[in-house]
Parts: sequence; structure tokens; C-alpha cells
Amino acid sequence: MSDHNSNKPVTFQEKLEKNIWALVLATALVVSVGGIVEIVPLFYLDTTFEDDVHPEYEELKGVRPYTALELAGRDIYQREGCYLCHSQMVRPFRDEKDRYGHYSLAVESKYDHPFQWGSKRTGPDLARVGGKYSDAWHIQHLRKPKSVVPESVMPNYPWLDHATVDGPGMEKRLRAMKALGVPYSDDEINGAAAAVEGKTEMQALVAYLQVLGTMVKFEPGRDYRD
Amino acid sequence: MQAEQQQYNYDVVKWFAYMACVYLVIGTGVGVYIASELAWPFLNFDNPYISFGRLRPVHTNAVIFAFGGSTLMATAYYIVQRTCGTRLWSDKMAWFTFWGWNLVILSAVITLPLGFTQSKEYAELEWPIDILIAVVWLAYTFNFIMTISIRKVSHIYVANWFFLAMMIMVTYLHVVNSLAIPVELFKSYSIFSGVQDAMIQWWWGHNAVGFFLTAGFLGIMYYFVPKQANRPVYSYRLSVIHFWALIFGYVWLGAHHLQYTALPDWTGSLGAAISLAMIIPSWGGAINGMFTLSGAWDKLRTDYILRFLIVSLAFYAMSTFEGPVMASKTVNALSHYTDWTIGHVHSGALGWVAMVSIGALYHMVERMWGTTMYSVRLVNLHFWMATIGTAVYITAMWVSGIMQGLMWRAYDEYGNLAYTFVESVAQMHPYYAMRAVGGFIFFLGACVMLFNVTVTIRRAIAKPSAEMATAANI
Repeated sequence: MSDHNSNKPVTFQEKLEKNIWALVLATALVVSVGGIVEIVPLFYLDTTFEDDVHPEYEELKGVRPYTALELAGRDIYQREGCYLCHSQMVRPFRDEKDRYGHYSLAVESKYDHPFQWGSKRTGPDLARVGGKYSDAWHIQHLRKPKSVVPESVMPNYPWLDHATVDGPGMEKRLRAMKALGVPYSDDEINGAAAAVEGKTEMQALVAYLQVLGTMVKFEPGRDYRD
Repeated sequence: MQAEQQQYNYDVVKWFAYMACVYLVIGTGVGVYIASELAWPFLNFDNPYISFGRLRPVHTNAVIFAFGGSTLMATAYYIVQRTCGTRLWSDKMAWFTFWGWNLVILSAVITLPLGFTQSKEYAELEWPIDILIAVVWLAYTFNFIMTISIRKVSHIYVANWFFLAMMIMVTYLHVVNSLAIPVELFKSYSIFSGVQDAMIQWWWGHNAVGFFLTAGFLGIMYYFVPKQANRPVYSYRLSVIHFWALIFGYVWLGAHHLQYTALPDWTGSLGAAISLAMIIPSWGGAINGMFTLSGAWDKLRTDYILRFLIVSLAFYAMSTFEGPVMASKTVNALSHYTDWTIGHVHSGALGWVAMVSIGALYHMVERMWGTTMYSVRLVNLHFWMATIGTAVYITAMWVSGIMQGLMWRAYDEYGNLAYTFVESVAQMHPYYAMRAVGGFIFFLGACVMLFNVTVTIRRAIAKPSAEMATAANI
């Protein structure tokens, strides 16, 4: 603080240093800019979602809300922290196409409250795992990963076999999703409890894994990102 | 010393400072355990409550919010009183933040292993706890601002600018990112979805780093480095420029976590471009801290507390160089999704955040209890354990991260992928073991600190107060 010169006129900085309310206001404004510029346009620019850019691509209309059982599985996926080791976001690189499949689109997660893109691949990406393995493989793998993949470091999930999905709870969850704009029909909501009746958490989780990345049937040769 | 004790509220600072030492042990201890689970998966013991996916948020919340948060509250209350020459505006509100914050931490330790999570990284806690966090945070912010408003000096010291920016930004981030619709007491759905939710999450995620773990800790640096070195801050001008540039720029960086994803390209590229520029304000702070020692570098030979502070700045400079490199598109294509990210985070979290905090905590313990550390040799031992532990940890993660990135993209001579995914997992084992060892060394250092601090405080309390006054040699 030694290079202050009392003969100079008072600078804006010095005014801020002497007035806490001005400093609060200036700081509050300065730290708000970046977020506003990067986030707000995502809600109204029609280039955010591929189906706005290419309304003629029929395959993009295949994205649908999760069924009650799939949503129950997705809740378990979150509860167990699967997203901490598995991403759900294939990037447009040659090796990722060969390993996982077509790169992910924004429309594919438009009903994902919250998103599950993840940030780490301690295990492989799961964005397109749906249909790659049989239900029986998934169940065996979740019970004891090393029994099918000896080098795996994934924990065993034996408890998923012993718990059943809460039917009335799923009805509430679908209703909440609808309040957030996910287009569930009244039939789907009212039938949610019956749809998961007697299902184990294991069955729900496998149902979710089997739908991942399967809703859009990609047309060969089409570029979905300009 | 007696007068100082009465003039300032040190009690609440003492409690936050001591709890920070406790939470450092707990947070790094859980970290060592989950690191070991990745190296030796049998440690999951088929037990849902300690499986990696549920315990990892316990580790991140414990180190960021329990240890980091307690340190920030201790230091902010300490610094604002001393640099404003006045007592805290409200003692009651300060105690409310102490009990409220610890209640948040207790709730986290209970709910996260039970699987109650919003599944947003570093914002896992469910909505009732989020509301409590918001209330406590606003009380902390309000008390801080009001204390400045009743200050006895004309200018607001630079450390307080950084704390203030941290408090305001974290309020924005926490409120927006946690917006959710509750369906049960401990279950809610984010009101945002997909691409927008991802951008908001990483706007939060990177600024938890940029503000909670950087701006706040730069505030700590700006007070404790000059104090411990007994020198004025190197450059006032530099601190003004780097303050405004840093708080303006950091906000934009979240998008670099989402390059090549389904986030529109303009957003990711913007985040990457600003990330590259951020090296300037970041190094401005590092240089300002380090050059404060100009003419007093000999103190590093004898002052172990100063060593923590200066080495933290070296790690800060290194991490803030590594960050922009990793944010550039070419490097990010390789480094994203790998352990390199984990290594980067820990060179910042262990090397910078923890080290600068440890230096500040030792300084405050000596000052507030009017004593010297029970064992200077143990402080020195802690210094070496922390430094070596961090170095081992980040080296392991650099090697494993770059190896993962290269293995995933490798092709054989026939144009097929050279490795299956699980071959890369198998290759990680030695590095996961090495990381657990590095973390364990760091954790042991934290235990040494907790022991040393505890004995120091007990001895200071046992001493009659008159003796205490003479012992206060600073």
C-alpha cells in the first residue's frame, strides 16, 4: 500500500477501497458477467439443440422420456454415484466412435434432470451402452464385475437384488418430472406404480442401462454438428 | 495480548481453526481410503455405505467444505477484525455460522453414504441441506460486510476484497446450481436438464475452484504471507490489477470442462480462450506473494510456517500454468476424462489450498493462544510429509492420466483400436497404489499437525495468563 500518492486525484479504485457498499456492488457486477454470457444464450439460441437446427431429421424425434422403470434405474445410477467413474458423453473423435459409437447429441439428454455426462472415465463411457450386452450379462456384472471382467476395479452391487422399487414413489417422481417440462402423459404417470410393481432395483438399473443411447437411430452420413 | 483478546472475537476463530485441523485429517483419511479402493477393490467390502461411488462425495465435501470452509471462516473472521481494527459486527451471528456449518458437515457425513445425492459434483447435498448452507453462507457474508462497514481504518485491505468476491460469487453459484424440485425429503431433481444443466454445473464446478478454493485462499495469502515474513506486500498495483482480472475471468472457465461435448462449440471455445488468458492474473498473484519475500528469503531457512506459505505459492503457480494448458483444445482432447484431471486438482488442492491453509493455521494458533508451537521439529516434519506426499500423488496421476489418454486413442497397424478399455484399467494399478501411498503420507502429516496443534493449545491453556502474555513474542 506504499505507493499511494496523496497529491493525485482520488481514483475509482480508491473510492471502492473506502466504501464497502460500492465495493460490494462493483464486485457483484464484475463476477456476474461470464456466467450470464455463457449460460443465458443456451436457453434461447436455436443452435443449442440439433432438432432445432435440423427439424427435418426425423430420427431426432425418437428421444422420449424414460419409462417409470428406467427412471427408477436412473435414480439408482445417481444414488450409487456411477457418474463418478462413467461418463455418458461420446466426443466426436475416431477412437471414441470405434470404441463407443456415434458422438452424443444435445437432444439425447434433453430430459435428463440432472445431466449425467460425467467428468471421468475410471470405467468406460456408457452413453451408448444400451443393447451392447444382454440383460443377463449386466446382472452378472453388477453382482460381481470381476466374474465377467477380471481386471475390473468396480465394486460389487449385491444389494440391488434385495431391494424393490417403490411404486407410489415413482408416480411422484414422474409427476415432478412433468412439472419440469418432461412430456409424460397422464396414463404414464398413473400407471407408474403398476409398471414397477415387484421389480428389483437390479432390474430397474439394467432397464436404464439398456436404453442409454438407443433412442436416436442415426442415419449414416448425416452430420449432426455443423 | 489481553487487550487484543477482548478487542477481537478470537473464540469463534479458535474453534473454526481447530475444527479445520480435525477436518483435514478426516477429509484426507477418507481420500486415502477411496484411493485404496481403486487400487484394491476388495476394500469396498460389498457394503453400500462405503462403496466408492458413495464415499467419493464424502471425501470431496469433507476436504472442500469441511476443511476448506472452516479455514475460510476462521481466516476471514481473523483477518477482517485485525485489518479493520474492530470486533466482529455480531458475535451471535458468527457463532451461528460455526454451529450451522458444522451441522451441514454432519448432515453430509450422514446423508452421502446413505446415497442421498443430487449427483452434481461438489454440489451433491440434497435440498434441505442446501437451504441450510445458503442461510449459513449469507450470515457469514453479511457479518463480514458489516464488520468492514464499522472498520476503524479508512481503506479496505486487499485480503478482504478477495474474501468478499468469494462470498458473493459462491452465493450466486450455490443458489443457481442447486435449484431443484423436491420429490421427497432427501430426493430432488435439478430444474435444468442436459446441456444447460451441464453448463450450469461446470460454471459452479470450476468456480468452486476459482472462488471458494482460489479467491478465498488468495485472501489468506495476502494477509499471512506479509505477516509471517514481516514485509509489506510486494506491489499494490499488481494486487489491484490481478484482483479485478481474476474475479472477472474465472467465471468464464467452466465451459472448458465441456469441450467437444454436446455443449455448443462457441461456449467451450470461449471457455478455453479465457482459460489461456487466466495465466496472467493467476501468476500476478503468485508473483505478488513470492516477491513479498524479496530481501527476506533467508527466513525460509528457519521459519517452517513461512515455508508452507511459499511452497503453496509455487504449487499455485504450477497449477495455474497447468490449468490453461489442459484447457487448450488439443491437450484437453487427451487429458479430459483421465486421471490427469485428478492430478491437476490435487496439485492445487494439496499443494496450494492445503499448504497455504496449514501455514495460516499454524500462524493463527501461535498468535491467538499467545504461544509458540509445541514442537517446531514436528512442523518441519509435517512440511516434508505434505510436500513429498503431494509430489508422489501428482506424479502418479500425471503418468496414469497421460497413459490412459494415449492408450484410449492408440491404433494398431491394421487400423483397429490397439487396446480394450479394461487393458487401460489394468495398467493403472501401480499408479493407483502409488497415489494411495502419496495421499497416505500427506494424511500422516495432517495427523502430525493435529497432534502438534492439540498439545500446543493444551499447554497454552494450562499456563497462567500472565505467563502467556510474556510468551506472546510477536
